[in-house]
Amino acid sequence: MRMLFLLVGCALSFGALADESAVKLKDGPGRDVVAGNCVMCHSLDYIPMNSVFLDRKGWDATVHKMINVMKAPIREQDVPAIVDYLAKNYGK
Amino acid sequence: MISRREFLKRAGWAAGGGILLPGMGWAADMGPKTLPSGTLASAVLEALPGKRPLIKRSFRAPNYETPIEYFNEVITPNDAFFVRWHLSNIPEVTAASWRLKIGGDAAEAPYELTFDELKKFEPVELVAVNQCSGNRRGLSNPHVQGVEWGYGAMGNARWKGARLKDILARAKLKKDALEIGLDGAETGANPATPDFVKSIPVWKALDENTLLAYEMNGAPLPHLNGFPVRLIVPGWTGTYWTKQIISLQALSKPQGGFWMNPAYRVPIGKFPLVDRFVSQETPGNPSTPITEIVVNSLITNLQDGQKVSAGRPVEVKGIAWDGGYGINLVEVSTDNGQTWRRAELGKDLGRFSFRQWKFGFTPQDRGQVTVMAKATNVRGSTQVFELIFNPAGYHNNVVQKINLQVA
Repeated sequence: MRMLFLLVGCALSFGALADESAVKLKDGPGRDVVAGNCVMCHSLDYIPMNSVFLDRKGWDATVHKMINVMKAPIREQDVPAIVDYLAKNYGK
Repeated sequence: MISRREFLKRAGWAAGGGILLPGMGWAADMGPKTLPSGTLASAVLEALPGKRPLIKRSFRAPNYETPIEYFNEVITPNDAFFVRWHLSNIPEVTAASWRLKIGGDAAEAPYELTFDELKKFEPVELVAVNQCSGNRRGLSNPHVQGVEWGYGAMGNARWKGARLKDILARAKLKKDALEIGLDGAETGANPATPDFVKSIPVWKALDENTLLAYEMNGAPLPHLNGFPVRLIVPGWTGTYWTKQIISLQALSKPQGGFWMNPAYRVPIGKFPLVDRFVSQETPGNPSTPITEIVVNSLITNLQDGQKVSAGRPVEVKGIAWDGGYGINLVEVSTDNGQTWRRAELGKDLGRFSFRQWKFGFTPQDRGQVTVMAKATNVRGSTQVFELIFNPAGYHNNVVQKINLQVA
């Protein structure tokens, strides 16, 4: 289901037109789970664009905003790894 | 899918490296150096379909800003006009398939409008600034989250369309109509993501300058600027200028939803705003919707750190604008703000337009000269020297400082 959602999202979205594959997140533990979740709704450049100025609390709030407000279908067990990666690689 | 032509265009651009913009002579930079470091590092110049290379802030949703050099002209070309979307699915809407639904609980006679029918209403033309609420957000100190815009999330165009009040009149608004709800065709990649639905007060909807525009600078709107029809709300920030508009709802109660509250809000009382959107204010909530654009100016022909020669005249050029009252004074300082002199104003294209200005001076001594510009509108509102911080980074009209190196 998640994969289907991802495929449908890509097929319909503007993403098919933009060169967003050029965005490379920093290597590190958690990168794939971050990329796999965030890319469903938006390009990954939102992450470096919003750096470096958020601390761990700021990234935690952002991830929860995506889940609670934007309704991102992120599994609860993936949240710690996502926040860890963002805080470590794109946090202040 | 990406077309072959488009692919070749992009490949050529990538291979060609830097690009020259009109009147520049150097490769455009990615914005002021006080933007977040990651913002500068992740920006690229990229040409979207039908557009010249713009500064990419995010690919999807597409958010691209206009390089400053384009603001040396008072009208921003359609293909250099900034691009700002909230959600990722931006359908191709044809003029033939476009329908506008006009309804809501405060409309007595709901109806649907086609593109041809819209064009039969009396056409109106006006020049107006479309500025993203978050323009200059990236200059906030401390930084705040969002699309980290520099100076270029704005543009000035001649819009042609029908008066919104004429379209609403046919729907026969009831006496209790309070707001007009606005929805465009864009949706989220995830259907559960809140749709980008906005509203404006009925009194603003009935203003004779509020238009449903189908032309921009004498041409159809570019797809990425809202083809076939977008709302024009002169004086107010871009959040209300719904692109690809497909629904107008006359409402007897305030429009709800994330994009009205808590998004797009400013603290009540912090900014000298005349127009308030009071039906969206609630007891105990210290915020109010962002509305009119604050007085602002931009130096367009000089870059920070630029070298000039002692004893040779320097021309300072720029633009000034506000929320539709009209600019009547621009002052320039060349001594770091100690003294100010009046700049010469350019042609008046209407109170919602950019107003060009210019100022000449001759630096005498070698060293650094700090150039500043400050606009004032007919109400006496002017720019600030210190940022009025707010959590969303809105209404940044801090006076610019451009340091020239005199050699």
